[in-house]
Amino acid sequence: MKRHLLTAADLDRDDATLVLDTAAEMARLTEGRSVKKLPTLRGRTVVNLFFEDSTRTRTSFELAAKRLSADVVNFSAKGSSVSKGESLKDTALTLEAMGADGVVVRHWASGAPHRLAYSGWIRSSVVNAGDGTHEHPTQALLDAYTLRRHLGSLDGRRITVVGDVLHSRVARSNVLLLTTLGADVTLVGPPTLLPVGVDGWPCQTSYELDPALAKADAVMMLRVQRERMSAAFFPSAREYSRRYGLDARRFALLPDDAVVLHPGPMNRGMEITADVADSDRSVIVEQVTNGVYVRMAVLYLLLGGAS
Amino acid sequence: MTWVVSGARILGGEPTDLLLRDGRVEDAGTGLDSAGAQVLDAHGLVALPGLVDLHTHLREPGREDAETVETGTRAAALGGFTAVHAMANTDPVADTAGVVEQVWRLGRDAGHVDVRPVGAVTVGLGGERLAELGAMADSPARVRVFSDDGRCVSDAMLMRRALEYVKAFDGVIAQHAQEPRLTEDAQMNEGELAGRLGLRGWPSVAEEAIVARDVLLAAHVRSHIHLCHVSTRGSVEIVRVAKQRGFPVTAEVTPHHLLLTDDLAASYDPRYKVNPPLRTADDVAALREGLADGTIDAVATDHAPHPVEDKECEWDAAAFGMLGLETALSVVQATMVDTGLLDWAGVAERLSGAPARIGRCDTGDEAQGRPLASGEPANLVLIDPSVSRTVDARELASLSRNTPYDGRSLPGRVVATFLRGRPTVLDGKLA
Repeated sequence: MKRHLLTAADLDRDDATLVLDTAAEMARLTEGRSVKKLPTLRGRTVVNLFFEDSTRTRTSFELAAKRLSADVVNFSAKGSSVSKGESLKDTALTLEAMGADGVVVRHWASGAPHRLAYSGWIRSSVVNAGDGTHEHPTQALLDAYTLRRHLGSLDGRRITVVGDVLHSRVARSNVLLLTTLGADVTLVGPPTLLPVGVDGWPCQTSYELDPALAKADAVMMLRVQRERMSAAFFPSAREYSRRYGLDARRFALLPDDAVVLHPGPMNRGMEITADVADSDRSVIVEQVTNGVYVRMAVLYLLLGGAS
Repeated sequence: MTWVVSGARILGGEPTDLLLRDGRVEDAGTGLDSAGAQVLDAHGLVALPGLVDLHTHLREPGREDAETVETGTRAAALGGFTAVHAMANTDPVADTAGVVEQVWRLGRDAGHVDVRPVGAVTVGLGGERLAELGAMADSPARVRVFSDDGRCVSDAMLMRRALEYVKAFDGVIAQHAQEPRLTEDAQMNEGELAGRLGLRGWPSVAEEAIVARDVLLAAHVRSHIHLCHVSTRGSVEIVRVAKQRGFPVTAEVTPHHLLLTDDLAASYDPRYKVNPPLRTADDVAALREGLADGTIDAVATDHAPHPVEDKECEWDAAAFGMLGLETALSVVQATMVDTGLLDWAGVAERLSGAPARIGRCDTGDEAQGRPLASGEPANLVLIDPSVSRTVDARELASLSRNTPYDGRSLPGRVVATFLRGRPTVLDGKLA
């Protein structure tokens, strides 16, 4: 494993498998136990550095670090470095001075974790908890973990990812990670929401959802912000739902054992209907549980070895 | 002050002596001597006419933390320049006779190069009302180049009027070609890499659409349009066609667009963040070809100093721009001379002759961009193309350090620069 987890491309197939296997071990050691804590990272300090609000991701990382007995500091630095005073560099130097071993960073700017890791400001391991419209590698790991639990090996499995790929860090990380693990990924969305150059990505793309559902082993719905309408990415929320939303009719097109994922938070009625979100083949709530195990695994593998 | 520059290879030709007296080249030949003259042994050095930059941000007034006229013109002289055109996006904006005259006087007082202020096209670079272009033209600064650089004059009607209006005093509009709606919050070249990095794309078409519109407008009103820092193959092709049709258009390219490509953004290091953005290797090849065949008339630095804190941050939060004055000639040597695309005469034309003509400063007592011949102004640079150097950002004369070449080895070294017979640089240092 590399020292940092900045992009899903940092994980080769062996690394990714190791993280998922370790996450399974974390689940085995803590699930159903009254004492859910392991002593593995006792005395180590993990800082959750959040330049952007995300209660779910921060809570998940916090829980993961605490279950490994690490000391956890939540450092909220919302706002931009320009408008809010303290720069990324000064924040990093502060954390370094406080003796952080690992920094989990969520940032509105793509590449900010990369800057933290490689600018020489800090020595800690850096975990990307979502940066701008770039990547969210632990989300992809928890998705892969969830898929593996339901589908077994991902080799040759067909995963359809639907929605606002252009602005989605979840989609970018999933394309890389799921492909590394042998899956065939198809991205579906309106042409306006597929990035320029997506042809060069290691996946298929389609502008139509229905044909991509019949053979899918899993479908992952991405959050679509209504505000995208104002920049003319699509004409209206209604039209978006009609063309790309997962409703009961489309759900029926899926094979019987296919599962439905969503990274949350969902816009019910927009990209997914309530019926589908709450169906027994929706694994959306399970994704949240698995997120903790996967993050425990990542923190353990990055911080557990070094002294 | 009298100098004999002995044995210099003018435009890379045979060793020749130059006798410089009273600001002029008094004689050029062999075995020249003059009692009491100071002698500079220039054997092995190439002599070019002093370089002229059409596109320099000196930042004064307003951002003296990034650069001043004094520090920026020192950097210019060290880079072999004898004249720079100071862009208008200062604070206050150079949109009145008062501001351009102030910048011009600061340049004269510093004395390292001629500072030719560029006037804003529109009031406050706001893109809504024409600035008093005539007042700036008539001021002691004698402004002839007008630009809202940093912003595009995107309103077609306003662009038409500006082009028409400056005909009254032989002015030129220098356009920063960037369709604003297509580039909102744009961060780097639009392409596969931008998509993967999650950085907002700045598509080539946003430049080319304005280039195409403006060459047509210029042809329609028969006024000279100059295109700043063209960066794409498409822009080169449009300009080539426009010139074939005889349209009154000139264009410049920056050194960095001749050398660097967008893959450097993968480091998320904002030293590589610039506007227009670094493009692909295919664009770089087209720009080099265009510069070689004369489609692109000039190399201009777009020297854009920024304080450290505006670059030591997230890519999205960082300022656009790179230093250029002290590395321009080396980059041109690396990309155009050492590759066989241009000889030294071609370099002299693209970095001195053409920019002086475009900037309307090639005539009169303070003429720039003239040949190195008897009777011409003694503006020259002596370079040693046989050595290479490793760029060290901390050693640059600029107040800022945002060079993309820090740690990179580049060919060629400026040994001396003369401004009207007076050395501004000797032995690679300010004289």
